Amino acid sequence: MNLKDYARKEPRLSPGHRLCAGCAASTVARLIMSASENPAVVGCATGCLEVSTTIYPYTSWKDSFIHNAFENVAATISGVEAAYRSFRRQGKLDEDFDFIAFGGDGGTYDIGFQSLSGAIERGHDMVYVCYDNGAYMNTGIQRSSATPKGASTTTSPAGNEIPGKEQKRKEITDIVAAHGIEYAAQTAPWRPQDIIKKAEKAFAVQGPAFLNVLAPCPRGWRSENDKSIEISRVAADTCFWPLFEVEEGEWKLNYQPREKKPVTDWLEMQGRFDHLFQDENEHLLEDIQEQVDERWQMIKNRCGVEE
Amino acid sequence: MSTEVEEKRVAKTGNEIVGEAMRQINPDTVCAYPITPQTDIVQNFSQYVADGEVDTEFVTVESEHSAMSACVGAAASGARAMTATAANGLALMWEVLYIASSTRLPIVMPVVNRALSAPINIHCDHSDAMGARDSGWIQLYGENAQEVYDNTIQAVRIAEHEDVRLPVMVNLDGFIISHAVENVNMMSDEAVQNFIGEYEPEFSLLNSEDPVTVGPLALQDFYFEFKKQQADAAENVADVVQEVGREYGERTGRSYGLFEEYRLDDAEVAVVALGSTTGTARHSVDKLRSEGVKAGLLKLRLFRPFPAREIAEALSGLEAVGVLDRADTFSTTGGPLFADIKSALYDVDPSVKPVNYIYGLGGRDIDEEEIASVYRELLEAADADRVESPVNYIGVRE
Amino acid sequence: MTVEPGDGYRDIPEGGLVKEAGNSREYKTGGWRTERPVLDEDRCTDCFLCAVYCPDYSVEHRDEEVVGFDLEYCKGCGICANECPVDAISMEQE
Repeated sequence: MNLKDYARKEPRLSPGHRLCAGCAASTVARLIMSASENPAVVGCATGCLEVSTTIYPYTSWKDSFIHNAFENVAATISGVEAAYRSFRRQGKLDEDFDFIAFGGDGGTYDIGFQSLSGAIERGHDMVYVCYDNGAYMNTGIQRSSATPKGASTTTSPAGNEIPGKEQKRKEITDIVAAHGIEYAAQTAPWRPQDIIKKAEKAFAVQGPAFLNVLAPCPRGWRSENDKSIEISRVAADTCFWPLFEVEEGEWKLNYQPREKKPVTDWLEMQGRFDHLFQDENEHLLEDIQEQVDERWQMIKNRCGVEE
Repeated sequence: MSTEVEEKRVAKTGNEIVGEAMRQINPDTVCAYPITPQTDIVQNFSQYVADGEVDTEFVTVESEHSAMSACVGAAASGARAMTATAANGLALMWEVLYIASSTRLPIVMPVVNRALSAPINIHCDHSDAMGARDSGWIQLYGENAQEVYDNTIQAVRIAEHEDVRLPVMVNLDGFIISHAVENVNMMSDEAVQNFIGEYEPEFSLLNSEDPVTVGPLALQDFYFEFKKQQADAAENVADVVQEVGREYGERTGRSYGLFEEYRLDDAEVAVVALGSTTGTARHSVDKLRSEGVKAGLLKLRLFRPFPAREIAEALSGLEAVGVLDRADTFSTTGGPLFADIKSALYDVDPSVKPVNYIYGLGGRDIDEEEIASVYRELLEAADADRVESPVNYIGVRE
Repeated sequence: MTVEPGDGYRDIPEGGLVKEAGNSREYKTGGWRTERPVLDEDRCTDCFLCAVYCPDYSVEHRDEEVVGFDLEYCKGCGICANECPVDAISMEQE
């Protein structure tokens, strides 16, 4: 579907939600939902998206929606999907439904990791979407395993002794792909057609599919409200957030920047990395660039990209 | 005209007969994780699934937390959802238990009572279910395999009743009931289906005409109202349990209520207990009666919600009552059952002297003699002005 | 909407359910903003990118044209202005 058609279509979420001004997560949620052609049951892990869209007595969701707890959206949607399969088999229901589980990086990479892995392994027909804003934003910007190295968060603050998060990111898309899942992909909101296409592929899979979507957070990243989409583009051009997909084990790169930009272009847009630009932290900038380069090379190799 | 159904007499363990009850209930989903001593409930059930004997969608989840989470998802989708667990498995699903009851989902779960770690112990005590006594789940206890079978079937009707809509925990003593073979009268598959009827969910996520949001964020302005709704529903449970128990009696000849009184009418001293120990206590009562002691027994079936008034009325007039607790609260004021009984008596008949005996932790056995010694101590307590030792431990080596 | 602030526990659906799908429409977030987007219709090429990116789904359109912004919900984040490829949107102080 082209962007104009997409934009003119009624969103499956209502405005009036309480996500921050400039939050990319709601842009992402709408894009994902547009790719579903059936009535849906949406699950959401505790987190920004869930809390902000369902403050009693309001809900932004036009489809059925369930929030259970923080770590179990994949297990909860597994249960919904199991009920659906049971009803279809017993002839108690004859409608097609799509099952979508949203989780932030907290509810996906960390506390929700187990239930995500279990749901994938069991093969439930569902689309899991991680909106990755790189920290436990809803509870006040605490670090997650998705937080980039060097970022200052409230539990890995930049201080006199320690310059922000010391560990590098966990690459969840790779881990999910290693489950042998039929479709896993990484995408970002600066390329809405990419999200829609990947979401369509994900919904078409008979079984689990996984999308990891970069969701810039102006609050947690200390970036400008109006730059949330632009910053995700810079993330792709600096190769911090490559866009790729793994389809039945085949890795495919979806975007190569015409000119690869230094990672500092991305870092300097965000206040959470300010301390890295102090003289004594120059080696960290080098480390980060090295890690980004290594991963980019690894992705290119896996995707069979010729130099 | 008798509405009694035909039954088959079988020799089964507690777990086997609970598995049979589940097969006969034929739930839409079972999402479960193994833990001793529940394992063969789920193992047997998976054989029924593999042999096509049930319509159930069976999900072998990767933890108990996910088991209850999936049950919540399924029940919220209008499915009859069941699972089973024990001990630390129940403890692991703790937060989701509250979510299940608060969302008013009629999930039915046999719990094979086993001691909570640490140290790790696989044997019977009630610490697991007791740890969940504030979770809003209905709790039923049974003395033997027959009762547990009957409780499991009745649980479906109790949970789904429109005045209740709360999940039910059907407790059975780990190993003692779960793994011992007993004679059980089983209803026919058809009779069970007739008894439980069709499930008509209050709402469903899978209703595209009427989408619903479940589990919102309710702040200071609304949360309290939802809890009051739950409290009101809890008030309705005792009547529903008795109504369902009466109807069950019409079908099978075995009626059920909130508790069972054994030789309690003219008793001077009595014991209150849960689970299989009540069977042993029955023998102690008979022996003491033959010695001229006016001993009685109250076998409690519905523990949560707690039918305080009815229990206190049944116990009023006694000189002393011994409350056997197979769990401790570490509050220094006794076990969980003792706290409820003592509080109930205070309102109705404070002259009855309640004395607590914590026993059987980690599967430590208790026999007729030990229970008889409890009665003898109660006789002494009855004579004294006040209860010198309200909380006692029996069966532990000093 | 059937649930009103101050409703008693007997008046609201049981179990915390929200039965009116999408009713967050009744909560106007327009009061959050300090800046509002202003459309220059002459420059606008109706590419609809602003509508695609808007986190509050507040870009108004008629037929195949972008006509303005839904100020009842617009939080003034400025993404539309930043992303517009032809600089047809400017942010002005409220």
